[in-house]
Amino acid sequence: MATLKIEKWERWFLYASVVILVGFLVAILASIGEAGIHLPTDEGSLDPNKVAETPPFDNPGLRQTGDGAYEAVMVARTWQFTTGETDADGIPTITVPAGSEVTFIVTSGDVIHGLYIPQTDVNAMIIPGRVTKISQKFETPGEYTFLCHEFCGLANEQIGHHSMYGKVVVQP
Amino acid sequence: MTTTARPPADLGTAEIAQKKWAKWQLYLGFVGFFLGLLMGLLQALDRMGFYLYKEAQLSSYYQGLTLHGVSMVFILTFAFGNAFLTLGVMRSLERPMASTMLVAASFWSAAIGVALAAWAILANQATVLYTMYSPLRPHVAFYIGAVLLVISTWIVLLNQLLTLRAWRKDHPGEPIPLLAFVSVVTYIMWFIASLGVAIEVLVFLIPWSLGLVQNTDPLLNRILFWFTGHPIVYFWLLPAYVSWYITVPKMVGGRLYSDGVVKGVFILFLLFSTPVGLHHQFTDPGVDEGLKLLHMLFTFAVFFPSLVTAFTLMAALEDGAKHNGGKGLVAWIRQLPWGNPSVVAQLFAMLGFVLGGVSGLINASATVNLVVHNTSFIPGHFHLTVGTAVALTIMGVSYWLVPYLTGKKLCCRRLAVAQSWLWFGGVMLFSRGLMAAGIEGQPRRVPVGLMTYAEESWKLWDIVTGIGGTLMVTSGTIFFIVIIGTLLRKKGSAGAVEFPIADTVYGPEQSPAILDRLGLWTAVSVVLILIAYVPVFVSHYYNFTSPGFVRW
Repeated sequence: MATLKIEKWERWFLYASVVILVGFLVAILASIGEAGIHLPTDEGSLDPNKVAETPPFDNPGLRQTGDGAYEAVMVARTWQFTTGETDADGIPTITVPAGSEVTFIVTSGDVIHGLYIPQTDVNAMIIPGRVTKISQKFETPGEYTFLCHEFCGLANEQIGHHSMYGKVVVQP
Repeated sequence: MTTTARPPADLGTAEIAQKKWAKWQLYLGFVGFFLGLLMGLLQALDRMGFYLYKEAQLSSYYQGLTLHGVSMVFILTFAFGNAFLTLGVMRSLERPMASTMLVAASFWSAAIGVALAAWAILANQATVLYTMYSPLRPHVAFYIGAVLLVISTWIVLLNQLLTLRAWRKDHPGEPIPLLAFVSVVTYIMWFIASLGVAIEVLVFLIPWSLGLVQNTDPLLNRILFWFTGHPIVYFWLLPAYVSWYITVPKMVGGRLYSDGVVKGVFILFLLFSTPVGLHHQFTDPGVDEGLKLLHMLFTFAVFFPSLVTAFTLMAALEDGAKHNGGKGLVAWIRQLPWGNPSVVAQLFAMLGFVLGGVSGLINASATVNLVVHNTSFIPGHFHLTVGTAVALTIMGVSYWLVPYLTGKKLCCRRLAVAQSWLWFGGVMLFSRGLMAAGIEGQPRRVPVGLMTYAEESWKLWDIVTGIGGTLMVTSGTIFFIVIIGTLLRKKGSAGAVEFPIADTVYGPEQSPAILDRLGLWTAVSVVLILIAYVPVFVSHYYNFTSPGFVRW
């Protein structure tokens, strides 16, 4: 195999592999440390059977916590989010002005659910017994769908995991 | 290294009996593959606007999805690994396995496991998907079936180790033959990794589903599941790597560069496959962000042996093609044996794995993962890895393994070659559709025919996915036509079929002896797992408060 000069090429390939992998790692760590994109982390625990009596989940809804800053306390249950507000069709909604930073504080009263808002960084699991906390700034007015993205069962073809969603309405 | 196959007449009774059980194990895998294909068809049709679950006598999309996942990634992969890497040890050490009873026991454990799990799923008692996240609570038969499938793999490891010990007694001081080494290391890695799900199911879920304990801790169960749930992908993949490293170079007329490099690659998989599970839980609450990043670090380490593999395999292919008169920088590719269905399937499998590996790196990148986690990007990714790199390799290996085990000549070679092209073309559309829709925000694990929040931008990609999936199912059907056609042929029509083993440029004599110290590497692997997981289990807030839910 001397004709292939394999040893020299292999050595360079291995160096390149290490450089590429280390480069990716540095980029990801920079996205956390410098750009401040954070993963959900440990935010405490509770008894999922007592969600309705445990603050803040005893009173789901939107609260202003500062200038342009809001907390959206939500409870996920099969097969609906409770946000404290619904639109005319009964779809759970959260209404905020453009430019708001919304911190979603969510837990589950039964099985595992998910919270996902396409085209944003909001992508987190909702696990019974745990508190999920995740923040997102909404600059552009419009309707953002938030949906459950972990299989949580079904009642029938109309109602189930596939019908569990709500809307963030960002007003101009 | 000897490459001549012994004619069947020389086989001892133990070897004949063991090959028979390995054959049945392989067929069990095919049963899983067939069920998985049927469910895959229903899913592809749903993407194209035909929701046919009622017509198929299934209660929901999710019931079909559970059967699809369990069939493909537990039954097909486990049964194939059990058969292939048992036969590999026999071929490599040139002796029967230490115990025929254990070869049979592995088959029966897997077969009973399949029967129990299949009953639970088909009776609509276990619509929990293959991830079986508590507190959704299936019938206990589902859990017992899963445990028996895992036990079948433990039996294979035990038999491999007994056989290796007997060989070492007869060959003191000799390096372990490569094929036996990689087969055993694959199963040692998997044994350690499988302890997570074994504890989850045996200690927490079975007593809970029987009502012996009232409540469980869903997050703890997830952590235990993903302790096993990432290394399991290497348990699917490594039998394919074994085939790519050991048999494919031989079939293309090339040589493997170095015995030592391959042993090193498998040791890296033994070390880094398991301490990475939290990268499946980047978005979980209740788990510290710093620990997630530690697991990400190890995840990048486990990518390295795959990059080495990419280079080494490409070199072996080029060596073979140039040996057969191939020329140029890339023109030699035409000189590969494109008429050999076994080779073609595995060339496409490798190509699929390049794309699968790159997309996997996206998922492993903690913050980038926020864009794709639990979107249809994820099934787009793993249909390139397990769904193509592994599945096409299993089909390619079967094209010589079935003749090897039955003595029947492979039927319809041209059809078998076409089958691989069709699968690869299918998965290119399928994964493209899923990945594009995922980046546009489509969640995974949802029937598009029923979802109430579908976006306009997903529709085109759903059609692309549906067409690709249908092509894959068609290809899988052709695979079964070829295998059944083969089984209908006369015994002995195949002549003496060889279990191909490639020669090496640098043989085992040139490999450092430390590579063969399996006990040492296992110990290092355990230390790395302790570094990655002790902080997770110490800092975990144990919260056994969730009762079971049956919501399907």
